[in-house]
Amino acid sequence: MVLEGKKRVWEDYQKEIADDHYFYVRSCIRQTFFPGSETTFLKIMRDDLGKDVFEDARHTTCTGIGYHTDIVPLETTMTVIARHFALMTEAGYTNIIPSCVTSFGLYTEILDTWKHFPETEAKIREYLWKATKREFKIPENLVHTSDIIYKFRDQIKERSKVSLINKKTGLPLNVVEHIGCHYAKMFPVSGIGGAEFPSVLSGMIESWGGSVIDYPERRHCCGFGFRHYVVMANRGYSVSNSKKKFESMRPYQPDFIVANCPGCSMFLDRWQYTIAELEGITYDNNGMGIPVLTYEEMAGLVMGYSPWKIGLQMHQVSVEPLLDKLGIKYKKDEKYLGARDQNIGEPQKPQFLIV
Amino acid sequence: MGKLYDRLNQDIRFIEGLNGCMNCGVCTAICPAAEFYHYDPRVICDTVQSKDEKLIEALLRSETIWYCGECMSCKTRCPRNNTPGFIIMALRKLSQELGYFTDSEKGRQQFAIKRTIGENILQSGYCVNPDIVSPQMHPEQGPVWDWISRNTPEIMEKMGSNYKQKGVGGLRTIAPEVLKELNQIFEVTGCKTMFETIEKHSKHKADELGIEISPEGIGNEYFMTVYTENNGTHND
Repeated sequence: MVLEGKKRVWEDYQKEIADDHYFYVRSCIRQTFFPGSETTFLKIMRDDLGKDVFEDARHTTCTGIGYHTDIVPLETTMTVIARHFALMTEAGYTNIIPSCVTSFGLYTEILDTWKHFPETEAKIREYLWKATKREFKIPENLVHTSDIIYKFRDQIKERSKVSLINKKTGLPLNVVEHIGCHYAKMFPVSGIGGAEFPSVLSGMIESWGGSVIDYPERRHCCGFGFRHYVVMANRGYSVSNSKKKFESMRPYQPDFIVANCPGCSMFLDRWQYTIAELEGITYDNNGMGIPVLTYEEMAGLVMGYSPWKIGLQMHQVSVEPLLDKLGIKYKKDEKYLGARDQNIGEPQKPQFLIV
Repeated sequence: MGKLYDRLNQDIRFIEGLNGCMNCGVCTAICPAAEFYHYDPRVICDTVQSKDEKLIEALLRSETIWYCGECMSCKTRCPRNNTPGFIIMALRKLSQELGYFTDSEKGRQQFAIKRTIGENILQSGYCVNPDIVSPQMHPEQGPVWDWISRNTPEIMEKMGSNYKQKGVGGLRTIAPEVLKELNQIFEVTGCKTMFETIEKHSKHKADELGIEISPEGIGNEYFMTVYTENNGTHND
């Protein structure tokens, strides 16, 4: 294919990402497990890049986990999300940026459905009015928050203090990137690079000096499976899918994993602990596991933020081997201190996983 | 009650999800559930498009429809633009509406999901928050989560969250007037009815099995049974 043709094909996989003035909606899972990531995102956006990011205390869950565990009907989820559009409209914004990939997938699915079934949109408008007396405009720009960091990756690089390079060897770090299934598998045009060549994370990694690992199960699901994690009896499904990925990536000796989905980053961290305790297996050479970062944490480290202020102590797989490679200085004895630097105790040590 | 196929065909996801399956099996090849469960989305598509009422009823009462993880990898791959995952969602909805879900071990789990995620949405405004991820119910979360659970307000403050406070920010308290709006939406759009249906049929099943069930909460034998029971035959 001639270069011109390639460029034209690639244009189909790009998407419009608004430059400023965002209505930000948080993620239930992100707030719960890695809350420092959302704080870091807002700090980068507002303090470092000078962007206007608005949030509304009246925003709620989108019901995504309830919807994908099939206890919440589609009409309910659509109306809850329509209410979020109403809050955005009332605040005078037109660009909406969900922090959650499940939410992003649902917002995308709903807008697509309303295009094909305008009578459904009309019905949801009636439901929303009946329940809340609210009205809304369709967002002009809907993107995931990882799209925003991708868009500003070069500006972040210009301000960066750390590169994704092994300080001792001078070589790029080997990075596994994991894209949440609902980012682009349902609606490929909604993701940068589509479902086949998603570049939202690889674009960040390469801009910041790292090298992306291509491995056989790169696009396999993390295994969340909604009901398969929520119900204890089903968690074997969830851990088995993550294990399949770990086994596939192991030969490439990743320095770390980065994910753009709140659920995936938590599962890829926690299941390494579970597998280590159940089977005595880790997927690195020193018994510590492969560190897992969120893309906000990765951006925060690149910007020179303190690892313990962005929340890396909330990960079960220790991040210190990665920090050492990056040449980031940290104090181990400050890792588990409280909000006023007081002693609040430390987590117990796992039996097998070295921390 | 109309025919089962006709009822499925009222669900927008069914309409979008089934355009005509040619049985190529690509969905099964890509499906994470097909790898770890005795599950085949190709057969699901073939069964529903047969419009055979007996086969569809058997499907609605089966374990099979509860194996899908709704990752939607099938949507990307189908050469005919079908989405078996959407078909599954329509089947699960109908199975619950008709009470057939209590015929299967995996289907009965809907009760546990309603009592945890469902109640939490209406009470807190979140699907998930730290309060419902107890280390006892989530041993896989490990010792770091146990430490976080014992120090949640302190750690959330350090992370810049607004844990259980008024105003914007992570894990803020969702105001009562907002929860009222959420409850009204659930009422108007049929989710309250869905919750009542799950409760009604679960109570009936618990009584039939002679297992204690309480009107609310998770401190009852039926909850723990459906939450933990695994007969070990799902990947035979």
